Amino acid sequence: MTTLLDIRGLTKKYGPITAVDDVSFSVDQGEVLGFIGPNGSGKSTTMKIVTGFLTPTSGTVEVGGLDVTRHPLEIKRRIGYLPEGAPLYGDMTPISLLNFVCKVRRLSKEETKRGIEYAVEKLHIANVLYQPIETLSKGYKRRVGLAQAIVHEPELLILDEPTDGLDPNQKHEVRELLKEMSGKKAVIISTHILEEVEAVCSRAIVIAKGKMVADADPLSLQSRSRLHNAVGIRLPAAQAQACIEMLNGLGGVHQVRTTVETASMVELMALSTDNSEILASVHTAIDEKGIQVNEIYVERGRLEDVFRDLTYAVEGLQQDPDANPEASNA
Amino acid sequence: MLNIWIVARRELSAYFTSPLAYVFIVIFLALAGGLTFFFGQWLERGQADLQVFFIYHPYLYLFLIPAVGMRLWAEERKSGTIEFLLTLPVTTGQIVVGKFLAAWVFAGIALALTFPMWITVNMLGQPDNGVILAAYIGSWLMAGGFLALSACVSAMTKNQVIAFVLASALCFVFMMSGVEIIQSFFRAWTPQTFVESVSELSFLTNFNEVSQGVIDVRDLVFFFSVIGIALFVNTAIVEAKKGV
Repeated sequence: MTTLLDIRGLTKKYGPITAVDDVSFSVDQGEVLGFIGPNGSGKSTTMKIVTGFLTPTSGTVEVGGLDVTRHPLEIKRRIGYLPEGAPLYGDMTPISLLNFVCKVRRLSKEETKRGIEYAVEKLHIANVLYQPIETLSKGYKRRVGLAQAIVHEPELLILDEPTDGLDPNQKHEVRELLKEMSGKKAVIISTHILEEVEAVCSRAIVIAKGKMVADADPLSLQSRSRLHNAVGIRLPAAQAQACIEMLNGLGGVHQVRTTVETASMVELMALSTDNSEILASVHTAIDEKGIQVNEIYVERGRLEDVFRDLTYAVEGLQQDPDANPEASNA
Repeated sequence: MLNIWIVARRELSAYFTSPLAYVFIVIFLALAGGLTFFFGQWLERGQADLQVFFIYHPYLYLFLIPAVGMRLWAEERKSGTIEFLLTLPVTTGQIVVGKFLAAWVFAGIALALTFPMWITVNMLGQPDNGVILAAYIGSWLMAGGFLALSACVSAMTKNQVIAFVLASALCFVFMMSGVEIIQSFFRAWTPQTFVESVSELSFLTNFNEVSQGVIDVRDLVFFFSVIGIALFVNTAIVEAKKGV
């Protein structure tokens, strides 16, 4: 694996405010890195430094072994970048914008033709190529922004909130595109949509107040959730009381929550002590007691939960110890 | 060089895809013509020259050129496209020069479209076409100076109206620095050499010399230095204001 991006001790200060605080990580070819964090946490600033738009206060950024402050042009050539909100020249048409980008990037006629055909096909913008960008819908604008970022087949693709403002189908398409493109490249996306991280990213970095608070693959991040290995049970309301009693008496069960309650149906969630696996013992106990259930499943954990745990502390926010989607539904 | 050309071409075509270019050209031609005929009493003078045509150019440029220059950077910063532009493999300096050249060529196109005046004067008499050519060149150089100043001011703000007002004010100061009012303002508290050098900075003084048909190297050096320095400052401002 070749390392395409290497960041060491990156810090960016705006006067007294530290936007990015001693961030270090590297990204290899083939990785799709999800950059997640609350608004204003320094995601965009980090991306702006990597793309050479901003200069770091201290620390180094190397793309393909070249230092970003010393070889800005060479690095800009290798990067494809979609800035936040996909700002584009409204008076241009997508085709003239793409041609402009290809010219600036010094693509040959052949490469320009191939690059534009590829980007247009992948992002389904063929039907709007000759309309002024300012007349396009938000989804099309975003896709034109993505097209200009991939038209030169960059080694490193940096996308700041690429699916923001897209409808579910468009989001799906963009995610498919990212997966498909990741093979030879490295992709970095920033997002607040955690399902996106699960769907496309091979690795996630959580950043809060400019500091990195986690760097792991989405699965192991999920396992840090308090709900990891919890067992969810859906059963008829008549059986609920017996089941709760049974679970409370069971070793390894730390807490039982009622997550959904209707007249006929109840959903329970049994949280395990130290996130250990309890499915087998729960299953056996249910059989022994002859409790009738409709569904049993193991919770892998919720990224949202982990995200909140990781970022609340850094942001200095008060956290309700029971704050999670389940409790609020109960 | 190629990068400058690519940037300039995109900018120039942007002028003509929006109504800006057409509005500007029509207003410029109408005002330039109107002032010449009605205020300058061009026909009544009975002289085959374009002196009264060129004499109004500095005043026209005073508000028309900032109108062209105000959007150069303020619009990019407001819409965020500056981030798109500056992360392409082009240097800030190349973009600054490219944008300026596009606007300057655009002003040149507007100026060139006053050619019917030149045809008319040739039909009516035997003007000194050398003087007219020199005056056209001088006018275009002056437009360039104003534009470079306007572009510089435009880079300081996201607000085009502020850019317009400040650029007009700055152009006014540069234009009028040879005039008595400004001179006496400086004379009261600065040494004589400073007063003289301020007067040398006057667009009006330099333009009037050229429009008489005398293209002095000093006038060329003057306008090109103003443009050069303003664009240099422009680049520094863009660099400094990127993250803000």
